[in-house]
Amino acid sequence: MKIERLVAMANDIGKYFASRSDNEAVIEGIADHMTKFWDPRMRRQIIAHVSETGGEGLNAHVADAVRRLALPP
Amino acid sequence: MLSITDRDRGTPAAHSDNRVTIEVDGNAVEVPEGTSVMRAASEAGIDIPKLCATESLNAFGSCRLCLVEIEGKRGYPASCHTPATDGMKVRTQSERLHKLRRNVMELYISDHPLDCLTCPANGNCELEDMAGVVGLREVRYGYEGKNHLDSQKDDSNPYFSFDPSKCIVCSRCVRACDEVQGTLALTVQGRGFDSVISASQNQPFMDSECVSCGACVQACPTATLMEKSVIELGQPQRTVTTTCAYCGVGCSFKAEVKGDQVVRMVPNLDGRANEGHSCVKGRFAYGYTTHPDRITTPMIRESIHAPWREVSWDAAIEYAAREFRRIQDTYGQDAVGGVTSSRCTNEETFIVQKLVRAAFGNNNVDTCARVCHSPTGYGLKNTLGESAGTQAFESVEKADVIVVIGANPTEGHPVFASRMKRRLREGARLIIVDPRQIELVRTPHIEADHHLQLRPGSNVALINALAHVVVTEGLVDQDYVDQRCERESFEEWKEFISRPENSPEATASITGVSADEVRAAARLYATANNAAIYYGLGVTEHSQGSTMVIGIANLAMATGNLGREGVGVNPLRGQNNVQGSCDMGSFPHELAGYRHVSGAATRELFQTAWGVPIQPEPGFRIPNMFEAALDGEFKGMFIQGEDFAQSDPNTKHVTAALEAMECIVIQDLFLNETAKYAHVFFPGSSFLEKDGTFTNAERRISRVRKIREPLSGKSEWEAVQELAQAMGYDMHYDHPSEIMAEIARLTPTFTGVTYEKLDELGSIQWPCNERAPEGTPTMHVGEFVRGKGHFMLTGYVPTEERSTSRFPLLMTTGRVLTQYNVGAQTRRTGNTAWHAEDLLEIHPHDASERGIGDGDHVGVTSRVGDTVLRAQVTERVQPGVVYTTFHFPHTGANVITTEHSDWATNCPEYKVTAVQVTKVNEPSEWQRRHREFSEQQRKLLEERRAAARRASG
Ligand code: SF4
Ligand code: SF4
Ligand code: SF4
Ligand code: FES
Repeated sequence: MKIERLVAMANDIGKYFASRSDNEAVIEGIADHMTKFWDPRMRRQIIAHVSETGGEGLNAHVADAVRRLALPP
Repeated sequence: MLSITDRDRGTPAAHSDNRVTIEVDGNAVEVPEGTSVMRAASEAGIDIPKLCATESLNAFGSCRLCLVEIEGKRGYPASCHTPATDGMKVRTQSERLHKLRRNVMELYISDHPLDCLTCPANGNCELEDMAGVVGLREVRYGYEGKNHLDSQKDDSNPYFSFDPSKCIVCSRCVRACDEVQGTLALTVQGRGFDSVISASQNQPFMDSECVSCGACVQACPTATLMEKSVIELGQPQRTVTTTCAYCGVGCSFKAEVKGDQVVRMVPNLDGRANEGHSCVKGRFAYGYTTHPDRITTPMIRESIHAPWREVSWDAAIEYAAREFRRIQDTYGQDAVGGVTSSRCTNEETFIVQKLVRAAFGNNNVDTCARVCHSPTGYGLKNTLGESAGTQAFESVEKADVIVVIGANPTEGHPVFASRMKRRLREGARLIIVDPRQIELVRTPHIEADHHLQLRPGSNVALINALAHVVVTEGLVDQDYVDQRCERESFEEWKEFISRPENSPEATASITGVSADEVRAAARLYATANNAAIYYGLGVTEHSQGSTMVIGIANLAMATGNLGREGVGVNPLRGQNNVQGSCDMGSFPHELAGYRHVSGAATRELFQTAWGVPIQPEPGFRIPNMFEAALDGEFKGMFIQGEDFAQSDPNTKHVTAALEAMECIVIQDLFLNETAKYAHVFFPGSSFLEKDGTFTNAERRISRVRKIREPLSGKSEWEAVQELAQAMGYDMHYDHPSEIMAEIARLTPTFTGVTYEKLDELGSIQWPCNERAPEGTPTMHVGEFVRGKGHFMLTGYVPTEERSTSRFPLLMTTGRVLTQYNVGAQTRRTGNTAWHAEDLLEIHPHDASERGIGDGDHVGVTSRVGDTVLRAQVTERVQPGVVYTTFHFPHTGANVITTEHSDWATNCPEYKVTAVQVTKVNEPSEWQRRHREFSEQQRKLLEERRAAARRASG
C-alpha cells in the first residue's frame, strides 16, 4: 500500500489519542489501536518505514508507537 | 383496508395495570382499564358493527353504527367511544338497536354507488360487510336526490387511487394521516352533505403534502382509497408475514399474495418496530423484485471487456472457485477477500464471512457498515460495552427531551419519525443538531426548541461544548456516575471537558452556533427526566465519526440517561440489516458477537466448530482492499449485494482498484455499477424469495419469509455454500434455520434465538440467552455491558477537508424518502415519480453570486473530481454549504467525495467535501466516460445468450 496513505492514517489515530495528558497513555493507545485494527501487512510496512527513515511524515508519538508494534511470527 | 387476516378490534389497546370486568351479551370479559366497550366486546368474541372506528385510530364516534345498550344508562351510547367500567352490563343486539343501525346504513348507501360486483373492494369491504351485518334490504331514498356519484377520480399517485364517489366521509383517512403518519395532509372540507375529503388545498394527491405512506389507504373502509395493485389484480388469497428489505426501522409486513404474486403489502399490526405503519418504500416499492432488468441466470467472462456468457450454476461456481484458488496459489492466501451486505439476511452474511475465514483461510472480510455505522460500533463498544443502540423504538414514547443529531428521520427512517412526531405532539421537547434545516425543525404542530445549525465537520466541537456546560454548571448526575461509571476515566474526562477551549464561547467560532443557544440546549438535555439521543450518518461519516459517537455516549453517561426506558443512545441505522451484518462477524478484526480474532478462547470455539484454523490477526478493511488492489497485492473478491462503484467515496479510485483485480464475483439482483467490473455474476434473490432474519436498529431480529422460489433457482446461501465446497471446504446446511442454529451456538448474545421462538414471539431483541430468554428491549439496565461505564476523551481535530479559495463551499450528502441508497431497487419502481434525479441544494446567496438559477446545470468540483447536476436554490442549506443525494449512478456524487475517513474505523467522510460550484452547459468528463462505459457494458450484457450459444458450439 502507498506509504503516504498509511502515514496519514497513523497520524489520524495519533491525533485522537493526543488529548490524553500522559505521554505513555498516548503512545500505548496508538500502538494498541494499530495492533487491533491493522492487517499485519500494513503494520509491517509502517515498521519498515520507521526503521528506514526514522519515521518520515509521522508525528513523534506515532513513530514511537510504531516502534512498539509487534508482528506475528 | 386492514390485512385480510387481521381482526379489527375497533379501538387501540389500553395500557393499564388495573383490570376491569364487564359483561357483553352475558359473556364476562376482563380488560385493562381504559379499554372501549367495542374492544372489550371484541375480546369476548363479539364484533359490534362499526364504520368510523378502526384499531389503529382513536375513537371518533361519528357514524353511530356501533350503538349498544348499557344497563342503567339511558339512550344508546357509541361503544367505540365508551370506556368499559367494572361491572358494566352491555347488550349489543336488540330490536331497537337493529332498527337504528339499519337506518344509519340506509343513509350511507343512498349516496353510494351499487357497483359492488365490479368494485375492487369486493371481498374486503367494510361497508358491504356492515350492510350485510345489519341486514339492509332496501334503500328508500333513491338516487334521484343530490349525490356524489359523479365525483372525479384522482389517479395522480402511482400506487393508489382516490374515488370520492365511494367516500362515506368517516374521516378515518384524515385521522390516519394525522395520528399515525403525522403529515396532516388531509382534511374534511365543507359541512354536512357537502363534506368531501381533500388533500392539502384541494389538490391532486401528488401535488399535495402527501408522502404516500398509505396509512389512509389502509384505514379506508371502502374502495375510495385503494391500492392500484388490488384494482388490477383483485383480492389476495393468503398472507405471509415478513420484514421490509429497505431501511433500518425493519417494519413487519403481511405480504398479501395470490399464487406467487404480491397483491399488496400491509404493515403488520403486531409488528413491534412499526405497529401497523409503513412508508412508501416498504408498502409500495416492491416492483423491482419482478423488474425485467433482473438477472436470473449465472454468468461469467474472462475480462471486463469481454461479453458476458450465461452458464449453469455449476459452471459459474466451478469457475469462481478455480479462479480464487489460482489467485491464492499465485499471489498468496491473503490475496483474496469478501464483503458482506447489510441488505442480506443474517444467515447470508454469516455464511459469507465464514466462506472468507474458513474457505479462503484469511480475515479479509468486511461489510458495507464500514462506510456508514462502523464508528457506532467502535464508540459504543469502548464506552458502554456493546456495539448497538440501547433502546427499543417504543422507548421514545417515554422521552421528555429528544435530541436528533445528524439524522433526518422523516426522510431516512420515516416510520420511526412518525412515532417520534407523535411524542413531540404530546409535548416532548426537541433539539436538532444539523447543518441543514431538516423537516423536523418546523412541521405541523412541531417546532424544535433549538436548532443548532452547525458547520459541517464541527460535530465534536459542539458535543464538547454541550458536555462542558453540563460539567461546569453542575448538571452532572453525580450519583449515577459514582454508581455506574469508572471513577478514574470520569475524572480525566471531567478535567479535559472543563478546559476553556471546550466552552461554548470558545467553540462558537468553529461551529457557527451561538454560545447562548448551546448553553440553553445543554441545560434542557441535562435537566430532563428522560432525555434520548437519536443520531445518524451525520455523526458517523466524518473524520471524527468515532470521536463523536464517544462524545454522545459520554454525555448520556454523565447525565444518567442510559439504562431505562425513555433515554439512551440510539443510532438510526441506514440499511435494513446493518446491525445484523455487524453482529454476524463481518468485520475483519471480529468474529460473530464482536469478539476480537486475537482472543484464543473465541478462536478455539470457532476452530472446533468449523474444523479449520482461524487467523489470529485482523484482515483488510474495504478501503485497504482497494489500496492493496492498486498495488497488485489483492486480486480477488466475493461481493455480496454491494455497489462500491456508486456508494463508496472517490469513485475513480474505487473503479481503478476494481479494474486491477483478476476475479470479482458479485452476487446481486441487477448488473449494478460494480458488476460492470465483475467476472462472475451469481444472480441473487429478492427478499420475497428467501427465508432468513434481519436485525433492525433496535437489535430486533425478525423473520423474512419466502413467498416464491428464487427466480435464479438457487438461494444465495446455497450458492455461497457450494462455492465453499468447490474450494474444498465442506460446508453443509439444509435450511437457513440451521445457519441460525450455528450462530446461536457460537454467539453468547444469540444463544436463545431459534426460528421456533421467532415464530412464537414475532421478533426478539438480542441479547437473547439464559439471562434474557425473551430478549432485551433496553440495554445496560443496572449495569453497563462492560461493567463500569468508560469515559473517553474527545479532543476536537479539524478535518483536513476545509474550504479554501479554490474550493470555497462545503458539500454534504444525504438521502430522500422515496429513494433508497444507491437506488438499485427504488429506481426500478414507481418511486421515481417523486425523485427522478439528484439535485444540488444551494443557498440563494451562493447561487446569485455565481449566477445560478433554480434548475440550472452546475458543475461541482472537488480536489479529486467533478460532476454536473442541476441546482435547487433553497434556504434549507446555509450559505457556504451545498447538499446532494447519491441515488442515481450518473450523478457521480462520489466522484467528488474524498479519501478522508474516520480515524478509528476508516468510515469515509461523506459529509464534508470542499467544492466549487459553477454554471455549466455540458456533462462532466467523468459523466461522459461513465455513459460510454455503461453503454459498452450494456452491450456486453446483451450478448450473454448469444455468447452462451457460441460457447456450447
Ligand atoms: S376516503 Fe375512505 S377513509 Fe376517508 S372518509 Fe372517505 S371512506 Fe372514510
Ligand atoms: S398516504 Fe400517508 S401522507 Fe398521504 S394522505 Fe395518506 S396518510 Fe397522509
Ligand atoms: S420505514 Fe423503513 S422498514 Fe419501514 S417500510 Fe419504510 S423503508 Fe421499510
Ligand atoms: S364506530 Fe362508533 S361511532 Fe362509528
